Amino acid sequence: MKMKRNTILTIIALLVIIVLLFLAEKSLNPYYKRILNLCAIYSIFSVTFNLIFGYTGQFSLGHAGFAAIGAYIAALLTLSPAQKAVNFFLKPIISPLANVEFPFLFALIVGGLLTAVLSMLIAWPALRLRGDYLAIATLGFSEIIRSLMVNMQSLTNGALGLKGIPGYTNLFWSWGCLAVCIFIIKRLVDSSYGRAISAVRDDEVAAEALGVNLFKHKMMAFGVSSFFVGVAGGLMANLISTIDPKVFLFTLTYQIVGVTVMGGMGSLTGSVISASLYTIFLEALRPLESQFTIGSLTVPGIPGMRMVIFSVLLLMVILFSRKGLMGNTEFSWDGLFRLFNRLRSKKGEGSTGGDES
Amino acid sequence: MTTLLEVKDLTKRFGGLTAVNHFSTQLVEGELCALIGPNGSGKTTIFNVITGIYEPTEGNIIFQGEDISGKRPDQITKKGIARTFQNIRLFKGLNVLENVIVGKHLRLASDPASAILHLPNYLKEESKMRSSGMTLLESLGLDRFAEDEPTSLPYGLQRKLEIARALATEPRLLLLDEPAAGMSPSDAEELMAFIQHILDSFNLTIFLIEHQMRVVMGICPRIIVIDHGEKIAEGNPEQIQNDDRVIEAYLGVVDHA
Repeated sequence: MKMKRNTILTIIALLVIIVLLFLAEKSLNPYYKRILNLCAIYSIFSVTFNLIFGYTGQFSLGHAGFAAIGAYIAALLTLSPAQKAVNFFLKPIISPLANVEFPFLFALIVGGLLTAVLSMLIAWPALRLRGDYLAIATLGFSEIIRSLMVNMQSLTNGALGLKGIPGYTNLFWSWGCLAVCIFIIKRLVDSSYGRAISAVRDDEVAAEALGVNLFKHKMMAFGVSSFFVGVAGGLMANLISTIDPKVFLFTLTYQIVGVTVMGGMGSLTGSVISASLYTIFLEALRPLESQFTIGSLTVPGIPGMRMVIFSVLLLMVILFSRKGLMGNTEFSWDGLFRLFNRLRSKKGEGSTGGDES
Repeated sequence: MTTLLEVKDLTKRFGGLTAVNHFSTQLVEGELCALIGPNGSGKTTIFNVITGIYEPTEGNIIFQGEDISGKRPDQITKKGIARTFQNIRLFKGLNVLENVIVGKHLRLASDPASAILHLPNYLKEESKMRSSGMTLLESLGLDRFAEDEPTSLPYGLQRKLEIARALATEPRLLLLDEPAAGMSPSDAEELMAFIQHILDSFNLTIFLIEHQMRVVMGICPRIIVIDHGEKIAEGNPEQIQNDDRVIEAYLGVVDHA
């Protein structure tokens, strides 16, 4: 009975979301649409980081580099030959790529797969390290990827970046990829493999003594995670239509880490909520960076003011809710109904003068 | 009586420190054997070498006729040796039942893809893992706590859960590293009865480390004593209690000045 109710509610919710996306795609202005797209892309970044760190316990800081790989591959595969000729005016692009143009889906999947393969090549030696050492190694690799992109001119156009990437990414692509990503990662972490990687996170020695092959399971988590990071990179390239190595500075990784911690380690719902809030807040706080006046006080525009506010928000979350917004719990209909019932009974008590807090 | 495990002339050095020095022993199938010795005598190091956490410096470990020295811990567990730890190492993020069925993961045949897609072969294995995990918890009297967090259990039950988790891997040989550590004498006695129950009902061999001689005297027919990494005595409890070198190791040399 309860199961049936929940299934029906899920189907209704999905239909409502699809209709809302459809309406948003039709009627919103490009600026709002871009923010919504970025919400989904940052959610993918955060959810995948949660798989690596929140569930598997491997503190990897390679996200920006992996996203760059996916973005460049998707961009190079979707750019038209004519546009490539325009882009590569300093040094021509290597020949097999010059005259090809592929559909978006193909470009995303190839970008994801190659990102997964390259990240696993990096992880192979790096996963022998633990904790801080793994973080330093992956951060280093991420920067190496970026500097390769600056220097491999005939492949990436160097520091000039790629311009005129077709804007294929729309709300259906970005939120659709997010849905697939969440579905796969949720199913994985709820499976026997998920229990094994959680065991690795909690205690590597005990997990290995129980027969869990540490290397194999860490690699699996890394591969799945980086595949979707690559896809999200591709979505981003085809959304912002201009990419250069500076887009993928290590600060992107730090943002992802911050967002994921704020959402809650081990909660995919938390990752999505936190990533969406972050993206929206960052845009909403944009006026803070230009000159504004409060009463008779004129505040000059300070670039980076938004990040200061974000840091304060992150500190507040860590101070008042140490496990992040959602802790390690997920959204569920049962949980929502429990919350409603609690609020209702609280209100009832409130009218008789009692206050629970 | 067939030999299950043979430790052949095992030596383990850490730099200049010799933790285990030319240690040899044999375990026969179905026996309950204790390894005792004073603090820092090398008991846990021997366990760590047998289970693959350390590689032996010299010597070999033969399990069921196969040389397993130098293999990875997970490979050794798959061959049928399970262990518990001196300091409890439960998975805090998983509930009691999940802690146990992590031990079943190594026999999982389905790949991650069929797990993600919920293919019938995976779903069948998953429900089998859960039901056999529950059966195991029931047989050890832990089934009431299946959905609880492991850290919410009292200390003694956490010890039992760790043993249950090791049993889930279906071992032929179970290594228990100071299972009664930190327990009151009466709790320790109860745990020893629990260990005897496991020996009787699971058709395996148990090798256990204990720090206090008194605890194992009652239930272990055979006791090995080591000191400074060397075997100093071996025999039944009576022989051990009257052995001069054992008394010396535990109490010090009698000073005849």
